[in-house]
Formats: sequence, C-alpha cells, structure tokens
Amino acid sequence: MSPFDAAPTQSPTPGPTPSGSRPRQPTQPFRLAEGGLIDRDTLVRFHFDGRDFTGHPGDTLASALLANGVRLVGRSFKYHRPRGILSAGPEEPNALVELRTGPRREPNTRATTIELFDGLEASSQNRFPSLRHDLLSINGLLSPILTAGFYYKTFMWPAAFWEKLYEPIIRRAAGLGRAADEADPDHYEKATAFCDVLVVGAGPAGLAAALTAGRAGARVILCEDDAQPGGRLLAEQLSLDGRPARDWVRDALAELGAMPEVRVMSRTTVFGTYDGGTYGALEHVTDHLAATAPHLPRQVLWRIVARRCVLAAGAIERPVVFPGNDRPGIMLAGAVRTYINRFGVAPGRKAVVFANNDDAMRTVADLAKAGIAVAAVVDSRAAPSATSRDAARDAGARLIAGGQVTRAIGGRALTAVRIRDAAGREDIVPCDLLAMSGGWNPNVHLTTHHGGRPEYIASLCAFVPSVLPPGMGVAGMAAGVAGTAAALADGSRAGAEAATACGFATSPLSMPSVPAEPSGIEPLWHTLSAFGGAAGKAFVDFQNDVTAKDIGLARQEGFRAVEHLKRYTTLGMATDQGKTANVNALAIMAELTGRTIPETGTTLIRPPVQPIAIGALAGPHRGGHFKPARLTPTHDWATELGATFTAAGLWQRAQWFARPGDAGWQETVNREVTAVRTAVGICDVTTLGKIDIQGPDAAAFLERVYANAWKKLPVGRARYGLMLREDGFVFDDGTTARLGDTQYVMTTTTANAGPVMQHLEFCHQWLWPDYDVRMISVTDQWAQIAVAGPKSRDVLRQIVDTAYDLSNDAFPYMAAAEITICGGQKARLFRLSFSGELAYEIAVPARFGDALVRRLMQSGAPFGITPYGTEALGVLRIEKGHPAGPELNGQTTAHDLGMGRLLSTRKDFVGRAMAQRPALTDPARPTLVGLRPVAPHDVLPAGAHLLPKGSPATAASDQGWVSSAAWSPSVGSWIGLGLLSNGPARHGEIVCAHDPLGGRVVEVEIVPPVFVDPTGERLHA
Amino acid sequence: MRITCPCCGERGLDEFSYRGDATLSRPAGDPPLPGAGAEAWAEYVYLRDNPSGPHRELWYHGAGCRSWLVVTRNTRTHEILDTERAVNVVRATRKDAEA
Repeated sequence: MSPFDAAPTQSPTPGPTPSGSRPRQPTQPFRLAEGGLIDRDTLVRFHFDGRDFTGHPGDTLASALLANGVRLVGRSFKYHRPRGILSAGPEEPNALVELRTGPRREPNTRATTIELFDGLEASSQNRFPSLRHDLLSINGLLSPILTAGFYYKTFMWPAAFWEKLYEPIIRRAAGLGRAADEADPDHYEKATAFCDVLVVGAGPAGLAAALTAGRAGARVILCEDDAQPGGRLLAEQLSLDGRPARDWVRDALAELGAMPEVRVMSRTTVFGTYDGGTYGALEHVTDHLAATAPHLPRQVLWRIVARRCVLAAGAIERPVVFPGNDRPGIMLAGAVRTYINRFGVAPGRKAVVFANNDDAMRTVADLAKAGIAVAAVVDSRAAPSATSRDAARDAGARLIAGGQVTRAIGGRALTAVRIRDAAGREDIVPCDLLAMSGGWNPNVHLTTHHGGRPEYIASLCAFVPSVLPPGMGVAGMAAGVAGTAAALADGSRAGAEAATACGFATSPLSMPSVPAEPSGIEPLWHTLSAFGGAAGKAFVDFQNDVTAKDIGLARQEGFRAVEHLKRYTTLGMATDQGKTANVNALAIMAELTGRTIPETGTTLIRPPVQPIAIGALAGPHRGGHFKPARLTPTHDWATELGATFTAAGLWQRAQWFARPGDAGWQETVNREVTAVRTAVGICDVTTLGKIDIQGPDAAAFLERVYANAWKKLPVGRARYGLMLREDGFVFDDGTTARLGDTQYVMTTTTANAGPVMQHLEFCHQWLWPDYDVRMISVTDQWAQIAVAGPKSRDVLRQIVDTAYDLSNDAFPYMAAAEITICGGQKARLFRLSFSGELAYEIAVPARFGDALVRRLMQSGAPFGITPYGTEALGVLRIEKGHPAGPELNGQTTAHDLGMGRLLSTRKDFVGRAMAQRPALTDPARPTLVGLRPVAPHDVLPAGAHLLPKGSPATAASDQGWVSSAAWSPSVGSWIGLGLLSNGPARHGEIVCAHDPLGGRVVEVEIVPPVFVDPTGERLHA
Repeated sequence: MRITCPCCGERGLDEFSYRGDATLSRPAGDPPLPGAGAEAWAEYVYLRDNPSGPHRELWYHGAGCRSWLVVTRNTRTHEILDTERAVNVVRATRKDAEA
C-alpha cells in the first residue's frame, strides 16, 4: 500500500448490532481481547455526531471512540485541520467536543476526561457542514494571512469594517464549541473543608504521601482529578512486590478509606493556590451520571484550608514539533500505554514510536504485548540506550538510532511517517499510529500561583518547581523525580514532612520492590531544519493552531520575550492554557534567539489549572439566591393588600398600594399623597437603620460623629443629625432620640445602615477609644411605622394608652418617649415628620409589627387611614424639600444641601477640618434648589442637566442637574429638586432642563426647595 | 487569605473588610484650640504610601465580633504577620506617649 493512500479507520467489519434505528457501527473493533480497568460484561451505549456506538463502564469518551475506530474527532480552531486524540488526560488540546444537548450542552469538553455513561451524546465542534467534509478547511489555504498577529495586521483598514464585517466572519470561521442557548438547569454548591495535609494527586507519590501522613494521625484530604485514583500506576505494565500495580493501589485506597481522618476525593481538581494555605478545588459530583441525581449538585466548588500541602500532580508528556504533527493517529507515547493498559484499547494497528528518552520505550513493549505491530522505533539520541535497543529487539522492530520523524503523512488520518536517520537518509514508513515523546513536563502549576517561577533542569529537559508557596511541598514526577520507586519514596518523605510540621510523629512507609525504570533523556524539541519553510505546518500549540513558523514570525517582528510571544501568537491562551505547548515554544524561541532556555524563561501561570464553569464559581448565588431578601414586619399584610414591592438594597418595600379602579400607578400614588396631606397615611419605615447607643459618654460620642451639636438635647427629644466623612462631604443623615440619661437611639438611611454602624465602631475603637459608650444595631429588633397626616394624632389616640398625653404641648414636634399601647404593650413613639405634616413614628418589638399595622388600619378606618408606599413617600419629601439618596450622593457638602449652618464651630467632629475648605463652601458649587416647570404638566425628568436659557447643550454651559422629580398632586404641577450653581441666589430665574436621553428640553423656574407649608405650621400643629 | 482575629480565632477573608493604613493618626482638631494645619489634614485624608513588604493596616471583622483590627500584612506575599485589636493598639500608643 502506498503511504499516500488513506488508511481505513472505520473498518467495515460486521458485528453484533444493538437495537434501534440509527446507522450501526461494528462493535468496538479496536478493543483488545483482554486487559484494562473496564467492565467488559456491561455495554454502555453512546452517540457521537449522531452515530450509535458502545463502550464499557470505565471508559472515557476518548477510549470508547478509539475502541470503535473513531480517530477523527474535531476540527482545529483556525485552520479547521482534522484532529484526533493526542493524550489520555486533562491536558488534551485536540479532542474537544460538545457534550450533552439542550440547556446542558457544554462546549470544549475534553473527550479524554469524560467518563462514559449510558446515553451519552457528544458532537464534534467547529466543522461545517460535517466533520469529514469541512468547507472551512480552506482556511488552511488562507494560512498566509492567518499567521501570528493576523488580527492586528490584516484587517486594519478601513477601521469601520472591523466590527461589522471582519470580526463576525473571523468569529464564525475560527472558534470552538457553542455555549448552551438556555439557562443552566443544574445547581452548584460551595463548601469549605479543613485539613492538616492536603495531597494533590493520587499517583504513586500522592498515595504514599497520604498513607504516611494518614498513618501518623493527620487529617488528610487526597484530591484526584481522575475518577480512579492511581495515576500512572493504572496506565503502566508494572509490578509492585511482584503483584500488578493496580492491586497495590487498591490496597492503599482500602487502607486510606478505613482511616477516619482521611478523605479521598476523586473527580476533584485542585485548581488554585491562594493565600494562607487556602486552595480552590472543583469536585465533579454528577457529571459522570446519565441523569442528574436528586438532591445532588452537579459540581461543588471547594475551598480547602490546609496547614500543609503535598503537590503530587505528576507530569504531562511533551509532543515533538514536526510538519503534520497534528494528524489524527499521532499520540503521546504515555497516552498510547494508557489506552492499551487501562482501557484495553488498541490506538492503532501499526505503530511507529518516536522519542528522545527511555521512558517512551515502555510503549514499544506494551504495543508488542498488545499485538500491535511496531514498524519502527525512532530514537533521536545519537547513541541509543540499551533500553531502546532491547525494546526494539524484543518487539521485532527496526531501530533508527539518531533518527527523527521529519513529517507526518495523511489527511484525516495518519498513513505514514517520513523518517530521517543519523546519516540523513530518508524513508517513508507506513503506519496508522505514531507514539511520540519529547519528555515530561512536571505539573508545576500550583507552585506558581504565588509568583514563583519554575527552574530549568537540563538533565531532565524540564522545568521543576523552585520557590514554593508557604506550606507546600512537592513530590514525585511533579518535582522531577522520575520512576515509580523514587516517586513512592519521595511521596512518603513529603507526607512525613507535612505531618511532622503539623505535630504528628511519622514513620516511613515500607517500600514495595519495583523493577528498574530507566528514564534517560536528551533534549529534542522539534525536527525542523528551518522555521517557516515550505515543509508544512508544524504545530506547537495544537488548540490555538500556533505553528513553529508563527514563533519565527514573532521573533522576526521583535516579540521575543515569552510574555510577548504568548500575546502575539495566542500561544498557550486556549482552554488548555498550552499545557502541551509552552515548553516547546520557549525552547524554540531560545534556539531562534540564541539564548538558553533559562534565559528565555517561562510565562506566569495563573489559576485555574483547569477550566471551571462559571456556574460553579457562582454556586447557589443566582437568581433569587443571588442576595438574601429582607422583608419588613408588615410584608405579609402589604402582600394581602396587593402592594407592589420595590427593592431598597436587600429590603423589599411596598412601592404603592393599588386599589381596584385605580387607573394606573400615578393615580394610586396621587391618592396616597393626598391622603397624607388631608387625612392620615401609614408607611412601614422599619428599613431605616437603628442603632442603640448607651453609656455615660454617649452624648460626647455623638458630638464627634455628628456635625451638629448634641450636648444640650434633653431626655425625651429627638434631633436631626448630619454626619460627614472625614473629607468633609456628607455621609449620612437621620434623627437621633434621647430616651434616657445615657441612652440614645440613632436612625440612619436605609442604604447606609451597615456603613454607619461600621463607621461608629471605627470612631469608637480607633479614633476615640476612651469614651465609655457601647452600641449595637437594633434595625431588625424594632418594627417602625410612620403615621402621617393631620388626623394622625386622632388615630394614635385610639391605640396609645390613656396615661400618655399626646397633645401638642405635652408631646410636641421632635418629642420622643417610651410608652405603652393597646393596654400595656411596650412601644416607642417619636414625633418626626418626613412629609411635613403632623406625623409620628411608632416602634414596637419586631414580632408585633404585623399586629400593630392591622390595629392602626382598624382604628384609623374612621379617619380615612391610607397605607402609602415608597413612591408617595418620595413625592411627600420632594414637596417638602428634604434631601434623600439622590441628593446625599457622596459628592455633596452640607453647604450644597443648604445645611451649612448646622456645622458646629465649637467642637471637633469627623469632617470638620476638611469641610472648612473654601472650595467646599463656594457658592458657585451646585446647591440645592426647587424646580418647577413653567408649564405645570411638562414632565420634569430626573437626571436632566440644567443650562442657562438659550445656551448650547454643551458641558461648558452645564450648571447643575435635576436630582429628584415627581408629579405633585398637592401643587398641581411637576416639581423637582436640583443642584444648581449659585442656586439660592437665582430663585425666580428660568433655566432649561436638558434630557438628551429622552430628547426633551423643559423650561423650569428656580424656586425655594420647600413646596408645601414653607412656614412649618402643619408640622407643629 | 486567613486572618486570626484576637477574639474569634482564624477566619476566612470574607468575614473582614479592609480600610487602609493603620500608621496614620488623626490630626488634632479640638476647638477652641487651634487645629492642625491644612497640610496635615490633606496628608491624613488623601495621601497614602504604597509600601512593599510588611504593612500595618486596619481591618474590620464585620461578620464576626465587629472588632477593628490592626493587621500586619506583607504586601508582597499576603503573609499575615500579626493581628491586634485596634483599641489596644491605640491605648498602648498613648501610654507610650505619656511615659
């Protein structure tokens, strides 16, 4: 057969067909007769690209596809090259599929990590219209313009074309899988775990570390990415103490399982090293199941707090860079062994092994043992080791010492390789499998998240961890310690060190006897004679389609630093973060620039080590669970009345109480406002922050935190208080009542309840620690209801016990008292008014809030009592000119709000010094004014900017803005509050309110900010 | 990050909030005595160093005991070197000043 003939990969051998109507495939023609950690007695059905296949429990999607002879599984990112399966683990750059369908469709899922389950559905990505016939593979012909930096160079002109034309086309042609179109139906959890020793990776080193630390009594968490702990022990033909390695793994897991302080977490990826011994881990709970399990989350995001950590994450094998090295059928040598030994699958029928090291020579023996022909063993080392010679001889294979694979031949599958021997003679060897190895890269990722850079060890041809995060040790191949015996010993040492550091007495593990495992290596990164030649694409980064030529281009254009190389070529920026690419890339850059590998350096690696679904990071905090809802004590009552609610921070507050027949919300609000102005209304004001302040120095403390004076406030009175920040701007306001000699209760705005509490604690604990004063938030402890309107006293008279005199003389404006209502129920009564009417706020312990509001409604019925919501509350306060959130926006001063006179000159208080700065009291600053459209029905938009009449709508002529606006049923006009330069001096002037968003300009008159009862007669009635 | 609160023990970062430099002290501002000059106030309110290495800073244990803390943190490594209650730090400083 000519090497240029396409080798049939889907052989038409007939086999038993499962029932169903889809086209049938022969049953697992590449499944080996024996071996593997799979359950051969059970068949698992799955679908790939609409075709039915079978596999066994224990398979991954990749191993099951290979067993069925499917070797073309995807198209590449940029050039739509046919791609197969490169690896057998999470580093896989090629075999990315869309898993599941509908709302659970997950793109870019690695076939090498997907556990096979019955009914699994997956499809290939980035192909159109089909995987075998991809029209966009012509991108490969466009490659002269799709090289490194093409984004920056090719589509620069004309600029306007970029967004509308170039980018959509590029995004369609280049790309990976499609995200699901619907909301994620699964749920996710977050959890925290604590331990003495966290062991990352359950290969030989990790198991030895966990056993040693566990036997010492330490609390151990052992995390393993794979479903089955064991690491390479599951993938190699290896005996420990004369028994199969998997038996040793089984015994170790049984022992760990019996230790009460040890927790083994499989399917759990430790993805980040954070501060203070905190690690992020993702546990896949139900991803391997056909259907979601009731009451189980799909994934759990773990925060693991560990006193010590042993990183035993093993290593990832390196590909070799040569033209065509991405053809389906080219696989890492270690992955070939994994498929043979762990999954009982033949990754091909006729193999060539190409490597620079002894470890890969195990593949030769394993291939031969599995009955797969080995056509050639290509050892790049000039003087091949005894291991290579023995392996080739035992397998009956031709050994090409000092040889190289210079080119892979084939289209959708590998058909042959071109080999050059030490003497430069070339030959073409037909094969359908190339097992390649350039050596192993230790998995150093978790050691670098604190900024540590790995160190290059020439004898290993690899980077190993150098500076470690505090509390971390590294063991086994992750530290560059090769071989099972050495890994076991190193793991035990690291486990003992970690447990000892936690105060446990340890003893070393008794080591099983392991046959010798040679690991000699000589560097080999590529087999190219020139970079950028016409030899064909030699891929460095498979997933992002970055070739050796692109690296040459980056060097030529000056992007020689590895971080520049990365960004210019997108190397290492795909979902695999270049796990199989980065070291080859920087070795090639070192060669191109005549520097050593250590001089070239590595890029900084950041978390996460593996892709994490956004859903897992969000956890349960989505939708209604994104933040908790705080409900007022009268919430049920308001719901019964059909109130519409609005969010005020976390609180749900009644916005208005529509009645049948109301034409719309405006009519409802007008009715509520009018009720307060003419009769009586009630409104739940529980959400305002309440802070109980007690102690002999309480008054002195208030003097410090408020800008105005407090010393002379008598018991039984309340006062408005203005709080500044230390920079002199207004922080918050509210009323504080003196209930006793040494007891005050402060109210804050709803929004600032928490920040004010924190601020008071700061003042007390840091600025003035000598004051004998204590404080606590009582916001949740008291239900508070505003009763406002000319009839409010009459209503309260119905429920306040007769011992308490409510007359204006006995209980005037700003009075405060502890009273009883309804025959002995403790309550607090304050004569406060936000509406400008005769008004009270009455507070009862929160559990009586519901009863109080119902009693008020009952007793107030004869007086026309009307519940009102936050919308009417807003209208009432605008009518009265009270600043609220839109005016207390963190950028206004006391002067701006017309309260400059409140600032005491006789005491020190927070903000005093800075508030005196001339710029903060400059009359030219935007200052509070009232606004009234010249035509009363002209809608006054809040947020509109105020400009002199006739001036152009430019920033230069901007003089202020409308902060709050509403239709006032009391005035019969739209009204507003605004902040206007030189405002108070301009009453009577007409200016324009520009609303560019609404496309409106409204003429407004500047007026004093108080629209209703400017003399305050009603307030004091 | 983990912070050991002197009252509550070792807790996760999310229980705390950060304020800033704990080495600043509020200028005198007591009338009728003359307060500190504008320069001292501007420095206190606006100017901050950005030190590399150990830094004393104020943290608030809002989801715990509500203590303000002086935390000594290495800004390069996030290592927490010491944690004290702020109120004790102020009192000790004043005692030193008086002595």
